[in-house]
Amino acid sequence: MSLEEKLPGWKEIPIGGIPFKPSTEYKTGDWKVFKPVINYEKCTKCLFCHIYCPDGAIKIKEDGYPEPDYDFCKGCGICAEECPVKAIEMVKD
Amino acid sequence: MAEKLTLKDIAKKPDLLMSGHRLCAGCAAGTIVRLALKATRGPVILANATGCLEVATTIFPYSSWKVPWIHNAFENVAATASGIEAAFRAMKKVNKGPLAKYEHIDVIAFAGDGGTYDIGFQALSGALERGHDFLYILYDNEAYMNTGIQRSGGTPRFAWTTTSPAGKVIPGKRKWKKPIARVVAEHEIPYVATASIAYPMDFVRKVRKGLEVEGPAFIHVLSPCTRGWRYPPEKTIKIAKLAVETCFLPLWEAEFKDGEIVYTLSAPSERIARKPELKKPIEEYLKLQGRFSHLFRPKKRDDLISEIQQWVDYEWRLILKRCGKL
Ligand SMILES: Cc1ncc(C[n+]2csc(CCOP(=O)(O)OP(=O)(O)O)c2C)c(N)n1
Ligand code: SF4
Ligand code: SF4
Ligand code: SF4
Ligand SMILES: [Mg+2]
Repeated sequence: MSLEEKLPGWKEIPIGGIPFKPSTEYKTGDWKVFKPVINYEKCTKCLFCHIYCPDGAIKIKEDGYPEPDYDFCKGCGICAEECPVKAIEMVKD
Repeated sequence: MAEKLTLKDIAKKPDLLMSGHRLCAGCAAGTIVRLALKATRGPVILANATGCLEVATTIFPYSSWKVPWIHNAFENVAATASGIEAAFRAMKKVNKGPLAKYEHIDVIAFAGDGGTYDIGFQALSGALERGHDFLYILYDNEAYMNTGIQRSGGTPRFAWTTTSPAGKVIPGKRKWKKPIARVVAEHEIPYVATASIAYPMDFVRKVRKGLEVEGPAFIHVLSPCTRGWRYPPEKTIKIAKLAVETCFLPLWEAEFKDGEIVYTLSAPSERIARKPELKKPIEEYLKLQGRFSHLFRPKKRDDLISEIQQWVDYEWRLILKRCGKL
């Protein structure tokens, strides 16, 4: 760049420092190796899986049952480990 | 006040931390923040000291926060939160400005152990002394994780970190963990508590209480870190629970009332106080974590494990005394 060339003024610089897209546009689901699969015959709707999931990747359905959101689930296995009735199995994705 | 929250109520509350953040799989910080935000009462403004939580939730151009959230430097989150609260009060007073219409605003500062025990301590202590009405949540993963597992004032003795490596001569960190929550309680602020996400409703109740009191509140919540503590990610809650069951992290609350700091044990620790045989040996907590593996391999170091046990017993006795149990 030559010295004569004008640098962009502050109005032309793209906005910095303000993240503006929801992270739900970034799917972390492809991190996982194993995915949680819920056996609804065993599930008691206690919702501990939803409570403990660090990623908010266990949604609650209309009928009150939990449902993994594989778009975001990272496969950590906490839900399966903590389910009091062992209704969640981690299976190869 | 004191709306009684059940686990079902909490589960049904919408998540204010969105999915798609980039905390490691199994990172307790995600659970801590989700639960804390489910305990809020209405409008919320958050401030976040840099660290894993801040970085992983705001990787440009994405944000995981559904509520107003301010990034600030490593050392001054309590000052930023003070400013938010002061601005809110000023707007209320003159009934002008964007925040004037709110009855109350839940101002919460999140910071890691590096940002609290160490570099952020001055800002924290000042904010407590000035008496701002805000809640400070320390998520303690016991090292500077975001920059590669360096030891902090919150790292426990004999833990391996990259700046306290376990070698032939020195077996990990040499100093003890600073009793941060007690140090904060000595500021004579309305509310201080310790918490573990293995007891989610206890944690949620404490967050709510911290928001409800007038003036500063502080919650120290342990945040097991799969990378830095070196354990498989599904064990996060187990480890958070063992910390309480071994009394490594006794659960208590301290309220400053009528010129006195009144300590109370919380239910999970109260059970152990009543039935001491429930207290598990610290070894059970240590052996699940690779950062303590040099205490078990190649040779079991009973001498060092027993030193940690003595520290746990000493701290536990001290808390029992403060809580009027001894
Ligand atoms: C003044 C300053 N020094 C150093 C850094 C680099 N830095 C960013 S995050 C971090 C560690 C944070 O540790 P902690 O507060 O424990 O949070 P964690 O990452 O463990 O969650 C450091 C050293 C910085 N941002 N600012
Ligand atoms: S933890 Fe288990 S029983 Fe409880 S809701 Fe989840 S799957 Fe069902
Ligand atoms: S495996 Fe982990 S990330 Fe996936 S739903 Fe279960 S707790 Fe959430
Ligand atoms: S390094 Fe530790 S604290 Fe940081 S995101 Fe990973 S698990 Fe969480
Ligand atoms: Mg840390």
